[in-house]
Amino acid sequence: MSMRVRCDNPIISRRTAATFALPTLVFVGVFLAFPALWAMYIGLTNLRLTGISAIQPRFVGFANFVSILRDSFFHNSLRITAQFVLGSALIGQLLLGLLLAVLLYNVKGPINDIVSSIVILAWIIPEVVVAYLWVAFLDYDFGLLNVTRNLLGMPAVNWFFSHPVLSIIVFNTWRGTAFSMLLMGAALQTIPPSFLETADVIGASEWRKFRDIMIPLIRPHMITNAVLITIWTFNVFGPFLLTGGGPAFATDLVSIYTYRNAFKYFKLGYGSAISTIILAINLILAAVYMKLARRGRA
Amino acid sequence: MKRALCVVALLFIAGLFALPILWLVTAPFNERPTLGLQFGKPTLSNFEGVFRNPTAVRGLRNSLLQAAATMLIATPVATMAAYAFSRASFPGQHTILYFLILLSSVVSGVSAMVPLYVLMQTLGLIDKHVGLVMVYVGGLLPTNMFIMKDFVDSIPRAYEEAALVDGSTPRQVLLNIAFPLCRPGMAVIAVLIFVSTWSNFLMPFILLRSASKAPASVAIYTFFNEVGIPLIGLIAAYSFIYTFPVVVLYLIVNRKFGFRFYGGIKG
Repeated sequence: MSMRVRCDNPIISRRTAATFALPTLVFVGVFLAFPALWAMYIGLTNLRLTGISAIQPRFVGFANFVSILRDSFFHNSLRITAQFVLGSALIGQLLLGLLLAVLLYNVKGPINDIVSSIVILAWIIPEVVVAYLWVAFLDYDFGLLNVTRNLLGMPAVNWFFSHPVLSIIVFNTWRGTAFSMLLMGAALQTIPPSFLETADVIGASEWRKFRDIMIPLIRPHMITNAVLITIWTFNVFGPFLLTGGGPAFATDLVSIYTYRNAFKYFKLGYGSAISTIILAINLILAAVYMKLARRGRA
Repeated sequence: MKRALCVVALLFIAGLFALPILWLVTAPFNERPTLGLQFGKPTLSNFEGVFRNPTAVRGLRNSLLQAAATMLIATPVATMAAYAFSRASFPGQHTILYFLILLSSVVSGVSAMVPLYVLMQTLGLIDKHVGLVMVYVGGLLPTNMFIMKDFVDSIPRAYEEAALVDGSTPRQVLLNIAFPLCRPGMAVIAVLIFVSTWSNFLMPFILLRSASKAPASVAIYTFFNEVGIPLIGLIAAYSFIYTFPVVVLYLIVNRKFGFRFYGGIKG
């Protein structure tokens, strides 16, 4: 058998390939790329959901952007979103995910399966159900958390009212840690076992093994993970189902601020301008990610 | 000693993670459920309530319809593109792939909700199943195309090449060799597409208006009595039914293929 196999030897013709790729490109072009570009244009108009500006929007230049940047509600939502991303993605999910991955690395068998299943369950249950679960869990009168506190002799707390941002941070950490746990777990599997065995032989402590062997070897994965969960957490809408942005705008994330302006106040042009700003922030985060991913591969 | 410490820590964290989920397995089976945890004689009366409630049943049917339609369109479309990008070489290939990755991470539901609404309104597709399904397909294609491309890349090209050398026509190679080889990967992305559509809240919330078209994720917010008190028994049982297929499908994919496919990110 003398079969010549070249890696770039095409199995299907260019024409067939183009035909195969076309439907994807059309769908993505119309329903993903075009809306993103169009948002920039609508953001320059005073388009509204109702009234005269709904039919004949006027070009208003950068007026929307100027009012957004001056809107104290926008500043408020940026500040809350920053706390939310820092707290639930970078501190919550990343650290807890890493901790779980390291613990699971040392424990195999049924306990490993049970623990990872529970954490993953929190991640795959549909958003609306998760919202109800947390409304129930944090309920002032009947919620499991306050009932437990009462049993321990502590007073009940009105969580959404007294600690609104903390509530959605804990909620989102619970919701998303599974991804970091899985990614960090996969990263730990790439460490050659001989490294850790050698460390055992010379009597290195667990902490030194963690700090000097594990962390340096999985650092690229940690950075990838951090950027991805930052983008996702920045774009999360789930807390809306939990708090609706309240009380008194205390959990008014940028996603909720956008929804409110576009669909509650009917300001589609203004909402599009916010979308453009969100897209720009996503783009910067994604550019960081792509750059890191490329460097990791080289 | 070290293992024991790890086990204790793991069980503690898992316990904390399980606490909010407990309600989902107790309340649906309770005769008079509240927002608290109650254990009593298990009953199925809440489930009967769900199936007697037309809005609830319609919600599940709409979810099924929307998720199945999205799955049936997006799976073959993503597979064809994945096959093309894996097996052919054409100019601009890498640029297109680069832009697809970029788009899928930059354009999220939140950043696109306003322009998508305006687009659907312009096309007259607001409050139409078709419009919602198109938006789902467009949003899910890039990620699932990449998962599928990884899968096709992992199949040796020798199968198709051997068939071509043996004198099969390109059409025969695609139908008799390539398609059967791609099937396991297609099953995985089909499940992923179904689950993410089934679970979605934001898109139907924005793009649909009439209650008769609302999927379960939106219908669940209408379960209040005349004075605005939530019907907790109905909500709990409905949540259980609505979550069940997601968990089952996840278990199937996980058992057969491991978790590396989920979310499209490989470790």
